Amino acid sequence: MGTMKIDGYPVEFTDEPNILSVIRKAGIDLPTLCYHSELSIYGACRLCNVEDEKGRMFASCSERPRDGMSIKTSTPRLVRYRRMLIELMLASHHRDCTTCVKNGDCELQNLAHRLGVNSVPWGYRQPKHKKDFSSPSIVRDPDKCILCGDCVRVCDDIQGINAIDFANRGTEAMVIPAFNKSIADTDCVNCGQCRVVCPTGAISINTNIRPVWEALADPNIKVFAQVAPAVRVAAGQAFGGPKGENVMGKIVAALHRLGFDEVYDTTFGADMTILEESKEFLEVYKKGGPFPLLTSCCPAWVKFCENRWPEFVPNISTSYSPIQMLGSIAREYYADPAHNEGKKILSVGIMPCTAKKAEILREDLKRDGKQNIDYVLTTEEMITMIKRAGIDFNELESEAADMPFGMGSGGGVIFGNSGGVMEAALRTLCEGSERLEIEKLRQSGVRGPGALREFVFNYKGNEIKAAVVSGLAEANALLQRIHNGESFYHFVEVMACRRGCIMGGGQPAHGGYKTKEARKHGLYESDVNTQIKKSNENPTALAIYDTLIKGREHELLHSHKH
Amino acid sequence: MSSRRVRSHQELNTLRENFENTIKAEPVRILVCAGTGCQASGSLKVWEKMSELAKNTSVQVEFAPEIAHGENFEHPAVHKSGCLGFCEQGPLVRIEPLGVLYTKVTPDDCGEIFETTVKNKEVVHRLLYKNKITGEECFNQSEIPFYKGQTRVVLKTCGTIDPESVEEAISVGTYQALAKALFTMKPEDVIQTVLDSKLRGRGGGGFVAGKKWQQVAAQPEKTRYIVCNGDEGDPGAFMDCSIMEGDPHRMIEGMIIAAYAVGAQEGYIYVRAEYPLAVKRLTLAIKQATEFGLLGDNIMGSGFNFHLHINRGAGAFVCGEGSALTASIEGKRGMPRVKPPRTVEQGLFAKPTVLNNVETYANVPQIILSGADWYKSIGTPDSPGTKTFALTGAVRNTGLVEVPFGITPREIIFNIGGGIRGDKKFKAVQIGGPSGGCLTEEQLDEPLDFDSVKRLGVIVGSGGLVVMDEDTCMVEVARFFMDFTHRESCGKCVPCREGTLRMLEILERIVAGQGEEDDINKLRTLADLIIHTALCGLGKSAPLPVISTLNAFPEEYEAHIKDKKCPAHVCQKLKQYIINPELCKSCSKCARGCPVQAISGQPKVPYEIDQTKCIKCGACISACPFKAIYVA
Amino acid sequence: MLDSSFYTKADEILSKHPAQERSLIPILHEIQESYNYVPVELLPYIAKHIGISETKAYSVASFYERFSFEPKGKYIIRVCDGTACHVRQSLPVLERLRAELNLSDKKHTTDDMLFTVETVSCLGACSLAPALMVNDHVHPAMTPDKATKLLQDLREEEAKS
Repeated sequence: MGTMKIDGYPVEFTDEPNILSVIRKAGIDLPTLCYHSELSIYGACRLCNVEDEKGRMFASCSERPRDGMSIKTSTPRLVRYRRMLIELMLASHHRDCTTCVKNGDCELQNLAHRLGVNSVPWGYRQPKHKKDFSSPSIVRDPDKCILCGDCVRVCDDIQGINAIDFANRGTEAMVIPAFNKSIADTDCVNCGQCRVVCPTGAISINTNIRPVWEALADPNIKVFAQVAPAVRVAAGQAFGGPKGENVMGKIVAALHRLGFDEVYDTTFGADMTILEESKEFLEVYKKGGPFPLLTSCCPAWVKFCENRWPEFVPNISTSYSPIQMLGSIAREYYADPAHNEGKKILSVGIMPCTAKKAEILREDLKRDGKQNIDYVLTTEEMITMIKRAGIDFNELESEAADMPFGMGSGGGVIFGNSGGVMEAALRTLCEGSERLEIEKLRQSGVRGPGALREFVFNYKGNEIKAAVVSGLAEANALLQRIHNGESFYHFVEVMACRRGCIMGGGQPAHGGYKTKEARKHGLYESDVNTQIKKSNENPTALAIYDTLIKGREHELLHSHKH
Repeated sequence: MSSRRVRSHQELNTLRENFENTIKAEPVRILVCAGTGCQASGSLKVWEKMSELAKNTSVQVEFAPEIAHGENFEHPAVHKSGCLGFCEQGPLVRIEPLGVLYTKVTPDDCGEIFETTVKNKEVVHRLLYKNKITGEECFNQSEIPFYKGQTRVVLKTCGTIDPESVEEAISVGTYQALAKALFTMKPEDVIQTVLDSKLRGRGGGGFVAGKKWQQVAAQPEKTRYIVCNGDEGDPGAFMDCSIMEGDPHRMIEGMIIAAYAVGAQEGYIYVRAEYPLAVKRLTLAIKQATEFGLLGDNIMGSGFNFHLHINRGAGAFVCGEGSALTASIEGKRGMPRVKPPRTVEQGLFAKPTVLNNVETYANVPQIILSGADWYKSIGTPDSPGTKTFALTGAVRNTGLVEVPFGITPREIIFNIGGGIRGDKKFKAVQIGGPSGGCLTEEQLDEPLDFDSVKRLGVIVGSGGLVVMDEDTCMVEVARFFMDFTHRESCGKCVPCREGTLRMLEILERIVAGQGEEDDINKLRTLADLIIHTALCGLGKSAPLPVISTLNAFPEEYEAHIKDKKCPAHVCQKLKQYIINPELCKSCSKCARGCPVQAISGQPKVPYEIDQTKCIKCGACISACPFKAIYVA
Repeated sequence: MLDSSFYTKADEILSKHPAQERSLIPILHEIQESYNYVPVELLPYIAKHIGISETKAYSVASFYERFSFEPKGKYIIRVCDGTACHVRQSLPVLERLRAELNLSDKKHTTDDMLFTVETVSCLGACSLAPALMVNDHVHPAMTPDKATKLLQDLREEEAKS
């Protein structure tokens, strides 16, 4: 608590952990390339240096605010140093900016522009490393790396994976897997968080735009898309709209314009997941175990569990994730000549997630050796396509998603938030005065800020112990406690990305605190605006049990890994 | 072994008396220096020979008190000693009680030494050190100019005892200070004494050691660590190496006292991997001290516990930086981290940690024994005590010296060091290693202490003093240091990783004769950036050797850049190979030996070298039978 | 696949250290000293034992100059290029060694795996500059000719054994 002067103006601070946060609170966007409030302080870029009254210079990310302090953030000297630091970074950076995937969205490029770097006075270090295309989710380009370490820390601190780390030292230092193996040969779970924090084009999404676009142009192929809940609260901002606004209607319109024959809503799939998963839960609950039942929607989490905790794999629900639900059912639907019109069918998922690109390739999710979904495009890729086609997103009239898979419940839409799957599942167990029960559930602790939330749900006089966790390092700790017998739960929801799919690896990057909150509220708001709250009241979902599925639940809606 | 454990101060005193008497009882005591330097010169072979001869030689024993560790003292006792400092004259052999010091002893000399000195108490004159200026023979250490100007506090017993024997250490009073602290002082008294003594960290920064201790002692967290920085990475420095090798118990005693003062129960010594002998002797010393109850649980029966571990470095200069060092002990990459939190708050394993270097700890026992006032009587008011320096380079007497703060560089170089080798002209002395800079002729009479030296733009650093003569190219020296800091940069922060790379590129260009007009300006701009923005102390100081040479020798830079000449004739690419027409016999051998066809000529006309083609390989010089080709 | 004897040796070394992250560097030292390099296959084995990821172990091992994943020669010659040695002409010694052994700043080890030539920042034998170290033994006051002689001696020693 106290007051400090920033560039002459008094600014109050409370519990800000460092001066940088106070500066930003004061409305000054001090440049940084290695600072993320959720990661440990690294202090490598030195851009956030400030000066105190005595001319002493220090990095504001690592200094605590003190009462009465007075600092300056942009003296000519500081600006000069910042410019030089960027020049030095650029000198050792592969500067094919105009053809770089990150062009226009690169933090290094933006800073160079902002700080007035108009030449690089140092010799150019030629690119010398191979790009790594081994992962279906991300592409690594070490020549673009500026060694800020953001990816290393997110992969290690938040996800507990440590698939990549610094190797060597000095100017030879690189961020690579052990022995410079391909990323596919590591424990990488494809969550894409490294790509979210990467300020440059060193880690990018492995894109599938081209084959999809070609299919869209092919009159003999019927292309349909399904749009995941989290996509709708992240895309608008990329077109200048407000943070977190639900723009599903415009997305549907834009995808139609791009040539998608049908646009479905993955919320429908989410309802199917809940229908199956809650049945599964009740069975397990009645049987008395094995506990906890673990959710299956997040492919990064599933892979993590397989890599790290094989003993818990049998506890993972066999119900398909929402994308697979819709994909599998739509396959049945389009098997009917009345629906496929004699054309080939291409199934595309628009996802906030890079791991979904890997999930669709899993053998245990294939039926008759064929994938349920042909391609996954991330939110970022969808935005790219809309921009590339020159569609004026903001001017589009909203359109409704296509039937029969265009409708979802409020429970289905909140799937994109950490806690959403759990909340949707437990809603189906709510009885009595339902509105009240759902409200009570909402207040139970299933929603909230922490990476781990534990709460108790009353079901017919019995206590269901539940936990919601996001971030794999946190999940790992939770499993360790369960393994040790220190914790017990009946039901656990795990999402690999902190805060859930809204902050997935395929979402537009640079999401600060406000963006995160806005996306979260955007989904909860969509739930409020939905008449049907519970997945088991989605009439279109219930209807297909009598038509398309007809007793084939196990074959069409469950994975066959165990 | 439990019978050997010391259980009280009284028992330590008794032990000390016993060991003293044992040593006194040795009729002749032969100390062969076994420091890294003398070992390299073959002192172990001398020791073997001496030991063999000793077995077959009997010397009359005048009295035989109770013997502590069962050796037969009818024979002369042969011991390995720690570093005597005068490494250049090694292998050194000292013979007590006569006190004679022999230099450059070979195994072949041993027989004569036994006959003449051991048996007949006479001197082998040819093995005595001769004053390089007056030519006088020096009988013992105190007569040698190299030792005359020195004040030995830290190195007091280094070289006079066998560093592999705790008995000898105890006999000269080691662990007395610890006993005093444990039995007569409260921890806060110990801290106060160290504070009062104004002992400053000898690792480079010169931070007041007592303050660190005080801050650690004041932390709410009760698990605390004592860490000793023995990662003496500065090229051209070996003071800590000599202390660890030559008197390991003194430093260990200092660490235990620090542990008692701040309430730490565990400590770590981080030693460079390049110092295998230091590791060996420290390991042995810890084992011995533990056996004697001077380390481990219930030290000397006081109830105080302290355990000591050794960690070896693995070849990373940056690990000399505090947070990098603790990271390395933790099994991580040795990369400095941002501060705060500081090491005293969250150091090793994120616990409060006292981190001092070898020499700092080695100063502590004497301060506890003799008091803060005694300590302050040495040196200057703000830099009390002594400092060890590794005096090397173009000086006549190289070696390890210990001098009081406030002495001038001139005294060290010209009195102790005996001036410049080969009567060349003094050019500069490099102080503070890669974080320091050069002092020039005009600065030689400034007092050497933490603050005065800082005013000259350099630092005392860990204590390397590399003397350079007129044959040294200062631009090349700057390039050398920049190459070093660039190679050793951990690569974390941008200014150090990228900035040192670019400075090095410029310097490499300059020494290769491709310097550009704007290069000096560029060097200064980059240096300014690095100094002000680098993450750690090592990074911030990386440009200092360049700045210091730029300030002191601008004309050398100018000569390289503008005239493409190296005034000291060092820079290979700026050398010109010239054929002396008067000596050339036009034999064409040089032209045939030239790999790039840079030499042409005709019979009876002197040959010529085309400087634009010449790659300065020197092949022509070797090829010329008439010595007609020279380097300009 | 590495011979099982490597794992036996590794187990012996691992058993001496607590299974913790901080044991990594001491363990790597012992492996390096046993084989003159760290066999690539042993790194994940060590990492698993002390409970860190292979990536972390590689990250740490590759930071330190001392550890090498490529086999080194039986005689590791470390030429000191510290300040004192540098100003007393250590580079000609290095160059001679490299020339004699057909090595360069890229190629450090002879094909017969007998010699590895490297530079080191300081050996602490500055008074006897220029110095070099063969395995753990320091050789003082080197000259190019002495370096040639040293190689001869080492070769003879090798022939004898």
